[in-house]
Amino acid sequence: MAAITLTRLVKEFPGGVRALDALDLTIADGEFFALLGPSGCGKTTLLRTIAGLESPTSGTVRIGDRDVTSLPPGARDVAMVFQDYALFPHMTVVENIAYPLKIRRQPRAERTAHATAVGEQLGLGGLMARRPAELSGGQQQRVALARAVACRPSVFLFDEPLSNLDARLRLEARTFLKRLQREIGVTTVFVTHDQAEALALADRIAVMEHGQIRQIGTPREVFGRPANTFVANFIGSTPMNLLPGVVAGEHVEIGGQRLRLPPEARGAVTEGEKVTVGVRPEYVAVSTERTDGGLAGNVAIVEHLGTSSLVTVEVDGLLVGATVPEDTEPAPGAAVWLVPAPERVLVYRDDGTLVGAPAR
Amino acid sequence: MNVAKAVVRRILVYVVFGFGTAFFALPMLWLLSAPFDDPPTYAVRPPRNFSLENLSQILDNRYAVPSLVNSTLLSVGTMVLVVVSAALAAYALSRANVPGRDALLYALLLLSSVVTGTAAMVPIFLLIYQLDLIDTHLGVILVLTGGLLPAAIFLLKDFIDTIPRSYEESARVFGASPLQILRHIVVPVARPGLATIGVWTIVQVWGSFLVPFLLLRDPDKQPAAVLLRTFYTEGGSPNLGLIAAFSLLYSIPVVLMYLLAWSRYGFRFHGGIKS
Repeated sequence: MAAITLTRLVKEFPGGVRALDALDLTIADGEFFALLGPSGCGKTTLLRTIAGLESPTSGTVRIGDRDVTSLPPGARDVAMVFQDYALFPHMTVVENIAYPLKIRRQPRAERTAHATAVGEQLGLGGLMARRPAELSGGQQQRVALARAVACRPSVFLFDEPLSNLDARLRLEARTFLKRLQREIGVTTVFVTHDQAEALALADRIAVMEHGQIRQIGTPREVFGRPANTFVANFIGSTPMNLLPGVVAGEHVEIGGQRLRLPPEARGAVTEGEKVTVGVRPEYVAVSTERTDGGLAGNVAIVEHLGTSSLVTVEVDGLLVGATVPEDTEPAPGAAVWLVPAPERVLVYRDDGTLVGAPAR
Repeated sequence: MNVAKAVVRRILVYVVFGFGTAFFALPMLWLLSAPFDDPPTYAVRPPRNFSLENLSQILDNRYAVPSLVNSTLLSVGTMVLVVVSAALAAYALSRANVPGRDALLYALLLLSSVVTGTAAMVPIFLLIYQLDLIDTHLGVILVLTGGLLPAAIFLLKDFIDTIPRSYEESARVFGASPLQILRHIVVPVARPGLATIGVWTIVQVWGSFLVPFLLLRDPDKQPAAVLLRTFYTEGGSPNLGLIAAFSLLYSIPVVLMYLLAWSRYGFRFHGGIKS
């Protein structure tokens, strides 16, 4: 068990691409930590740098109380699960799981017994003599996990461990992964580009863009109070409404209409300042009657999402999304009033940063 | 009308295929029957007068069996050298970013057909002479290896390119040393490719004539392919009995090896690895 501390970490690839830009990050002992971001944001490079597969241009990596910056991967006491699982095709399941122990020169009988026990714990009983090509994707993923668990590392590193599974299996594997991490309590860093996966699994999430961390926080913080418009845009399965406006007294003028500023933004913005108002579709109520403090518009599109529907309303030329429970959808073309929940309205300055107290 | 046309077409196709098959099958059939005939002729027919006389004559020949041993030595020696060097070179070329790598490989491939080609024989002879390797198996093995390596590297690099790097990275994270990675992961995964290169090398060397013919003067050291040309009667006409029997002995090892490798590896150059 160990904490991970990254200090002023820089990774520059030949050709001048800066994958990591002076990055500082502390991951607590036993934490389930997600690195989230679009492709090319540096999250996989960061994970590989912690593993030792990439060496940083400058900065340090500490695992526990050791500075591992210049140690080879094998000496860092980490286990990594790769996106393609990297199971050795010529070894059986039990040989695969026992491979790290073979490297540590454990006697054959001992390591086979240990690998079998771990495999059974992960629901692989009866598959031990098979080769990876004879397993389903979900089973392969579990073998990869078992191999990581079997070597009892102080840190787990997962590189998009769920992205090769189909959608239904992914949900199942997600639950499995979370329970496993709870049980073993090993510090875990996992990389994903899927915000729903990060929200579901992680204790804390770091949202990355261009080699920098744009926000670190619990799933609740990152979802509820994104620190900037990039995070606001990236998190959430329905995109957040980001509406350009101008501050006018205690209100923001959006198009030709006015929306009341949230309390914490009132003293912090100046009259006439250009701002962006952010509010998630889930926090916008739709009323078919004139409502004070609401934005009037006409329903443009209704999309069914299962238990709810996403209603897209045209407000003075802007498109605003709102979700409503099933069977209460307004008809397309109907005049409606959109009322955001006051405590859920976020105001971003022109440079994209959140007005008022950020999440942390 | 259409049915008749189809039937005629089918008949024609089979006739053409039949001629083609016969063309390639006749020498094989001769090889199977002639050694057991006394006296053998050029005709392809079942033995008129079945006898093992030709075989016993060839076994009594002072050079015949030793030449097969020589062929084996040359083939296996070259095979080991080619497989080991090609594997190391192909692995390095596949994993390291060498500028101009592909150009280098294509240039080597092109030049290699010159190296063992007839045009280069005089310089090669002089080179081997200066190295004092004339009349040694080592000299032949080195020249043949040089000629076969580029193609072997080229084929193996393609094969190793299909092995995901994550295998090696995964082993590295678990603490495996580069040599352990090579031994535990890369070589076993690349085994079908290595076997293909090995069989291919043996077949090439087994059938090569010019290089051993020029570089080996002593008939005790000459391989089977070179010895075959000496089976003449005192009158100067080909000694068909010896040639037929020796050809049979000469072909059997290669056919057996091919069948063995084929049944074990199936010569799959792609698709052997699934992630």
